[in-house]
Amino acid sequence: MPASAIMATPVIAAAEPVSDDAEALLALSRAAGSAARQIEFAVPDAYCVTCINAIETGLGRLPQVVSARVNLSQRWVRVVFAPEKGSVLDLPRAIRASGYRTHALDPVADGRQDQALHELIRCMAVAGFAAGNIMLFSVSIWSGADAATRDMFHWISALIALPAIAYAGRPFFRSAFAALRVGRTNMDVPISIGVVLATLLSLWETIHSGAHAYFDASTMLLFFLLVGRTFDHLMREKARGAIANLARLTPRGVTRWLADGTTAYVAAEDVTPGMLLLLRAGERVPVDCRIVEGAGDVDLSIVTGESMAVAVGPGASLAAGAINLRAVLKVEAERTASDSFLSQMAILMETAEASRTTHRRIADRAASIYAPAVHASALLTLLGWGFFVGDWHAAMLNAVAVLIITCPCALALAVPVVHAVAAGRLFRNGIMMRDGTALERAAAVTDIAFDKTGTLTVGAVRYVGQASGDPAMLPIAASLARHSQHPLAVALSAAAPAAPLVVEEVSEAAGQGMQARADGATWRLGSAPFCGGIDIDGDDRGAGTEVCLGRGGAVVAVFSFADAIRPDAASAVAELEHGCKGVRMLSGDGPQAVRAVAEALGIRRHAARLSPEAKLADLQAEAAAGRRVMMVGDGINDAPALRAAHVSMAPSSASDIGRSAADFVFTNGRLASVPFVLGIARRADRLVRENLVLAIGYNALALPLAVTGHVTPLVAAVAMSTSSILVVANALRLDFGTNLVPREEPVPGNVRVEAVRS
Amino acid sequence: MNGLVILIPAAICLGLLALVTFLWSLKSGQYDDLKGASERILDDEAPIRRSEKP
Repeated sequence: MPASAIMATPVIAAAEPVSDDAEALLALSRAAGSAARQIEFAVPDAYCVTCINAIETGLGRLPQVVSARVNLSQRWVRVVFAPEKGSVLDLPRAIRASGYRTHALDPVADGRQDQALHELIRCMAVAGFAAGNIMLFSVSIWSGADAATRDMFHWISALIALPAIAYAGRPFFRSAFAALRVGRTNMDVPISIGVVLATLLSLWETIHSGAHAYFDASTMLLFFLLVGRTFDHLMREKARGAIANLARLTPRGVTRWLADGTTAYVAAEDVTPGMLLLLRAGERVPVDCRIVEGAGDVDLSIVTGESMAVAVGPGASLAAGAINLRAVLKVEAERTASDSFLSQMAILMETAEASRTTHRRIADRAASIYAPAVHASALLTLLGWGFFVGDWHAAMLNAVAVLIITCPCALALAVPVVHAVAAGRLFRNGIMMRDGTALERAAAVTDIAFDKTGTLTVGAVRYVGQASGDPAMLPIAASLARHSQHPLAVALSAAAPAAPLVVEEVSEAAGQGMQARADGATWRLGSAPFCGGIDIDGDDRGAGTEVCLGRGGAVVAVFSFADAIRPDAASAVAELEHGCKGVRMLSGDGPQAVRAVAEALGIRRHAARLSPEAKLADLQAEAAAGRRVMMVGDGINDAPALRAAHVSMAPSSASDIGRSAADFVFTNGRLASVPFVLGIARRADRLVRENLVLAIGYNALALPLAVTGHVTPLVAAVAMSTSSILVVANALRLDFGTNLVPREEPVPGNVRVEAVRS
Repeated sequence: MNGLVILIPAAICLGLLALVTFLWSLKSGQYDDLKGASERILDDEAPIRRSEKP
């Protein structure tokens, strides 16, 4: 669904800086055989076989490429290349030349996750094999195999079951052991105890030629549980991979000026205060620094929430995370990376995390009640049969039957299956969910707090209209604006077709505007004083920004710009208020801009000029008042608030830190995602509760049978599988309902890709 | 009873064979890109992948 994100927010996508560095790329690659290296690039826009062809063919033409293979599920391409035959920088260039956005991926984090999934699948395969084969023997035992044959079948079953359980049970045993060691209990504790006891008892029965062995039940139990767990893991992996795919390669290094006038590449962590650095256009500011030489504009929207680009000159301080828009700047580092603005936000986030009301997963809460109840009834069964009936052998058998029949197979499936179905549903609608607890927390939300810039608005200026002057001036202004890279100029040139003018002698004055000669006159485009008019002061200016066009020292036209509100913001806000949620706006931008957006969207409660600390304090006050707030924001300054909120959401255009702080990330560029997530969360919550009731109710029905000794391995197997199937079938109901986007993804790049292919 | 002596080992061996085959296919990366594999079938232009050079 990244494809739809491009459609909705073209300016943001185009403005994303592209900074590749050969050393940084080589550091991300790893050896693959002799003299070859391997690296992965994300290709978030690839979606079909033509994309595969375009990318692989484009890369294949390079002499240094040994092989290139696109992985369409994960949306990356793995390239094996020979560094001595050509530069690694050609690889991302070749992918971009094929018409796809790309950035290098960090292989370390991905590799570890893959191993966990592979272990789960291997365990599942082994458990499935064991359960299937043992079931064959069990069926013949149930249909009346005689004594000697039964013993033999039991022995063969044991032979298969023991190594299988030892291998496939490890994920559960590990987790149960870890929980017990810190004095807690989770769902894996009763599972592990049930499986181990059932296996040991069955072994005892087998040795003593008993009639009942539960090898089939214990392996089947493991198999079902592993299916649920793998499902859960896959869904989370998919969302995590998609979020990682969106992340650009963060600047790991910067270009440094050396004393002899040459430049060198240093890692961001190695920058010390006083070091002179070179900041190219489009680069993100790596550490807090001060400008020594050069002037230009910086985009602070992601740092402070300010919607307009800010002009800076020598002596100005830059916060880490700001984007240098135009000129090459020579800057002096003022702090190290670990002291910079970004890191301060990270520290604030940690304190926010600590103050967040700890949410206990609903499954763990159920387990903490369920496990003691089950173990108590098993113990009572043992003691009851032992003392009152006097048959300790039957007592042991029945106690284990209680453990098996109540072993929370359906219970353990009840929550993850619902969450996996919900995650799949959200994923298809362009929303990534970080983990299941986010869904549980979202179900309890009472208030929603929105950030303004980049969340309610698209975070990029758009041309709104002409405030004064002759309409014929617009094409002239547009053709002048084509010669500047300033965001306002870019917006202006996109607003109108250029006039047939010959523009000459273009010069730019940073922070003021541009001047050029055309049609025999001197034109100026920029601020009012620069063009010969009177400046309108500060906050009285209104929500947007104005650009004047001057001819020969007099203003002839004024154009208005504003940060465009997301198209469906008003309907999303109305939908949330209709659902009885309190909607608020917390912004770091000026009061005028905030009020204009609030009025346009009908948000009554809003606050402007909030520092990151103030946003955090606001959310903590709300939480203390017992309200559960969902924070929707995108900036670096929102990150602590995103972490402090009960649950949080960010658009995919958000800053890396904002995106990683959020529980949900929506890539569809639509604010309708917010009510959609809340709706899914509420339905999921209801289904989880239904499932818990179903599973526990089923077990409660079977419990008296087990206590009174009427449960045979056959009854256990039937009860276990039917309750599991019931729970899964119930969870699948979540997949019905209207979607935000149609199931098939839109295909914006189709024409372009076809052209590349032919 | 005599039949079982042959049939049971045969059945278990077949099961084991399936298990080993599955683990091998998992290890060799055949499940890494299910979506890509289903799309690549449609690519009739390139029976041999152009990107792989000798």
